[in-house]
Amino acid sequence: MRSPKVQLKRVTKKYANGDGVENINLEIYEGEILTLLGPSGCGKTTLLRILGGFNAIDDGEVLINGNNVVQLAPEKRPTAMVFQSYNLWPHMTVFENLAFGMKLRKMPRTQIKEAIKSMLDLLKMNGTEKKYPNQLSGGQQQRIAIARSLLLKPSVLLLDEPFSALDAKIRMQMREELKKIQAQLNITVMFVTHDQEEAMALSHRIVVMDKGKIAQVGTPTEIYDQPVSKYVASFIGEMNFIKEADGELAVRPENVRICSGNSGNYKGTITSIMILGHFASVHINYEGQDVKAFVARSASFELCETMPVSFELIKYQRYKKGA
Amino acid sequence: MKYLNPNRLYHALGRRKFLEFTLFTVFLLFFYSPLMNTVMLAFANVYRVPAVIPQQFGFQWWSFILSKESLMSSIFNSFVIAIVATAVSLIICVPAAYALSRYQFRGRRVLMFSYLLTNAFPKMGLYVSMGILFYKFNLMGTFAGVIIVHIINTLMFMVWLPMGALRNIHRQQEEAARDVGATPLQVFRKVTLPMAMPGIAVASIFTFLGSLEESEGTMLVGFPQINTMATEMYGVISDYPATAGAVFALILIVPSLLILFLFRKYIKPDSVFGGVKIK
Repeated sequence: MRSPKVQLKRVTKKYANGDGVENINLEIYEGEILTLLGPSGCGKTTLLRILGGFNAIDDGEVLINGNNVVQLAPEKRPTAMVFQSYNLWPHMTVFENLAFGMKLRKMPRTQIKEAIKSMLDLLKMNGTEKKYPNQLSGGQQQRIAIARSLLLKPSVLLLDEPFSALDAKIRMQMREELKKIQAQLNITVMFVTHDQEEAMALSHRIVVMDKGKIAQVGTPTEIYDQPVSKYVASFIGEMNFIKEADGELAVRPENVRICSGNSGNYKGTITSIMILGHFASVHINYEGQDVKAFVARSASFELCETMPVSFELIKYQRYKKGA
Repeated sequence: MKYLNPNRLYHALGRRKFLEFTLFTVFLLFFYSPLMNTVMLAFANVYRVPAVIPQQFGFQWWSFILSKESLMSSIFNSFVIAIVATAVSLIICVPAAYALSRYQFRGRRVLMFSYLLTNAFPKMGLYVSMGILFYKFNLMGTFAGVIIVHIINTLMFMVWLPMGALRNIHRQQEEAARDVGATPLQVFRKVTLPMAMPGIAVASIFTFLGSLEESEGTMLVGFPQINTMATEMYGVISDYPATAGAVFALILIVPSLLILFLFRKYIKPDSVFGGVKIK
């Protein structure tokens, strides 16, 4: 897995309004799902489009399989992209949509047919060849778009928030399927999303982006457990920030343990308790600050609102002021 | 006739139905009676004015019109001119529509609005001033001159309708085609153009039919060298009885009907009004 398939070196692209990306250095390894995560306007889609050849860059190099592709038009690049929506051509059937790229590559007809058949089998979409895109559901359309990209055997598959227009249940299903297919075909994937949950669930590595720069690169576990800055900490998962004299403590609600009696280092008052299924979310007023703690449901029965409690922090990060 | 007695109908149908029925009948008469009258006159040998029904039916005027060589050649002329005008108009206007739908540039709205201007002026005034220019460029009485007049008339439709259709194509759909390996030209031919086809087809029909029935400009610029069906019509109406005019009118209707029939699946309110937007 460990040879870099894609390398971005000092990539810079600035728009007139100040958005864009700046000095991006990044490697994508063969067979991994790398997710670009960040709020809108952070440059994640710009970066993906740079790889696909849809955005020219002001400075830097983009290497795919060791070759500089900066000068290549999208149709010459070994990349395949799936957009958020409107991927398919409505005047073509599913088969024609899938065959389009292969026909341009002058593949023999029988081979095209076979490839499409096995791809549709893989995606459990067989029988849709003669349908038009408007006869498919949103999820099915995205599946066909992914199939069309995979059929061209790209060096890297670029996915631009492909599931964000789908409803929650289908989205989950598509994530799992994508992960399964990715593992099965061992393809390299670059995935863009603003949904941190999706990033955590899918990725081998996550790149958290902030205003055109990389804030942190790491596995989901690293990003979750050791966020390097307050920005990353606040963007991923739930996080309490407790102000101190010279900085802040960042602690996850599951790492706040409510202690019996007065044995905890921090003392406060419970302001509210919410049962959220198998656990409860308890809000504690600690010196005027709101601290959230996740408590097992059985333990939450001993607590009630306005009750004074003490708690301790099992694991936390400390950020200096201004970091 | 007894059962068509209004009083009887009123009570048989109920008030609402009766009113609807009456309205519909009036509408039908208003809409179709001129047409029916034309058809009736075309098959009359003798017709004198105060009567409604012609005095004698027959095919006399058909054989007269069909035997007039200038009329038959004008039909041929009309079709050649309409085909050429539509083709040239497509070549000029579709790229313009594409540019207007895809690129933002200064003066874009003004440019789009300017297409409306040719339709805002009284036509005759416009033709006269065009005539002055045409004399300078030796376009009077030429085929090219007539084509230019016809194109100017339909410029607005030919730009606006395809533009609306092109604008409904999402950029991702074109980018996806680039992505799978199509060159910009292939994208235009295989994705953009087919997707905009309904709009372009409707615009072409407008242009073609408009060109077939265009008479003022053709007369002014083309007369007497270039004669089309529409200009001949003037002559037929002023020189011969109404029955001859009716025959010729019916012949003029045939191509329009045929085209509307052939392209009926494209002619929907969507493809027509989807295009007419200034933004």
